[in-house]
Amino acid sequence: MKIKQISVFLENKSGRLAAVTKLLAAGNINIRALSIADTSDFGILRLIVNQPDKAYRVLKDAGFTVTMTEVIGVAMSDEPGGLAGVLEILEERGVNIEYLYAFVGSACDDALVMFRVENIDDAIEVLKAEGVKVLTGEEVYSL
Amino acid sequence: MYWNEKYETMPREELKKLQLERLKQTVERTYHNVEHYRKAMQERGIEPSDIKTLDDLKKLPFTTKQDLRDNYPYGMFAVPMSEIVRIHSSSGTTGKPTVVGYTRNDLNTWAELMARALVCGGAGREDVIQNSYGYGLFTGGLGVHYGAERLGASVIPTSGGNTKRQIMIMKDYGTTVLTCTPSYALYMAEVMQEMGIDPKKDLKLKHGIFGAEPWSENMRREIETKLNISAVDIYGLSEIIGPGVAIECKEKRGLHIFEDHFIPEIIDPETGETLPMGEEGELVFTSLTKEALPMIRYRTRDITRLIEEPCSCGRTHIRMERVNGRSDDMLIIRGVNVFPSQVESVLLEIGETEPHYQLIVDRVGTLDTLEIQVEVSDALFSDEVRRLEQLEDKIKKEIETTLGISAKITLVEPKTIQRSEGKAKRVIDRRKF
Ligand SMILES: [Zn+2]
Repeated sequence: MKIKQISVFLENKSGRLAAVTKLLAAGNINIRALSIADTSDFGILRLIVNQPDKAYRVLKDAGFTVTMTEVIGVAMSDEPGGLAGVLEILEERGVNIEYLYAFVGSACDDALVMFRVENIDDAIEVLKAEGVKVLTGEEVYSL
Repeated sequence: MYWNEKYETMPREELKKLQLERLKQTVERTYHNVEHYRKAMQERGIEPSDIKTLDDLKKLPFTTKQDLRDNYPYGMFAVPMSEIVRIHSSSGTTGKPTVVGYTRNDLNTWAELMARALVCGGAGREDVIQNSYGYGLFTGGLGVHYGAERLGASVIPTSGGNTKRQIMIMKDYGTTVLTCTPSYALYMAEVMQEMGIDPKKDLKLKHGIFGAEPWSENMRREIETKLNISAVDIYGLSEIIGPGVAIECKEKRGLHIFEDHFIPEIIDPETGETLPMGEEGELVFTSLTKEALPMIRYRTRDITRLIEEPCSCGRTHIRMERVNGRSDDMLIIRGVNVFPSQVESVLLEIGETEPHYQLIVDRVGTLDTLEIQVEVSDALFSDEVRRLEQLEDKIKKEIETTLGISAKITLVEPKTIQRSEGKAKRVIDRRKF
């Protein structure tokens, strides 16, 4: 139920994101989703890829500061209020969300959102109990 | 004009005789009263009676800042604490600060030397001296203060900071001599301009005596023009006594070292060999009259040259050129001594096992700026922006506490800091003096 996410430290200067995507392309790794959180000096690039372990190694070998974290992939109906419903559930049950970002394009009709939360096991349990569709790693990597 | 004509213009033969006599006493005293010196001399097989000529100075062991740290705080003192009447201390480098002590006679000597220095730099008893060196543990403030009082001038102890008020005082109280760091003098000139004060019309300022950080002829010209004064360079370090070890005379061609109290040598910083007269190398001092903390061949790490030629001002004391660099990696930023190793120790404490960092020093307008770039390793990295910002903040605060000055912290990617032969370049100094 947990999805491996790769986070990379990037300086806020031109060409750094391109350097990462180039490396991944050379390694034949597909990016499924990405988000960048940045300040004036630096940014954190977060990636969901089809081969997370390989991506981690490739970036590490190239000298990047990389960490692997776990996130939850949630499928929700692609209509107004879809995300609101899920957020409501998490809030009610006291699940602390660090950040979230939407999935770029998908094959199914549902909208996909990645959640990074404080306590991932509890969050998954809560969501499943409420009947929310939580994706497995395999499902996400192979999208 | 001299403060102490007898000693300042003493014929060199006579001066050398006095030096030898005082050197013998110093060696004798340190050997008997300071365990560190006794051991160091014994290791070299030397006894005080081996010092028969000034040339025998070469036989004595060097003393370093590390020796002071190893004997922290009072281990190098040559008198009991009951004789100590003042303690100063320098900012700590990687750990312990350097502690220096003074007996009543030492304070007397220091005031005498500072009075000489002020006169040499153009001041007299009718002057109003505004002393903007920091008062406190730093020797600059109190050192100049007591010298100015000894001289009989009117001293205004403004210390550093609160620049607008300083300028108001300068104008209203009719300050004629300013003492501070050269970069602060330039900053004052800038603030005066903003305040619409014209030194030519509004101030009575005539002389500036500036030191405690490196500066250049260009800076001198700029200060002299902007403040409409004559500016001289003063040199000193707390381990030797504080300000008042050497100062420029009106010729402004080298700083006279008060040789009746200190013997200067120039050595090769690599080999420790004494270099021939006139060659550039590391400046080493032996104190001749200090009681509390006598110094035998103290390595200043400052790079300069000695000038033997007689000076037209009539002083017979040898001159040293303006300090031209350091033989270690110490930086002076806004008058504060900074070692890159201090930054390293902060990063180690924060949990970085092998910190890669770089200090970038620049001068924006008249103020020095310090940026510290830190490579983000796995140990420091977090997936969350908030945590990284907290990290930056923590480093900033620790650096400020340790160094005593603020710095901008920039997190950078691994391997972005230039390395040569595997070693990272720790300092980029873009300031032009
Ligand atoms: Zn002279």
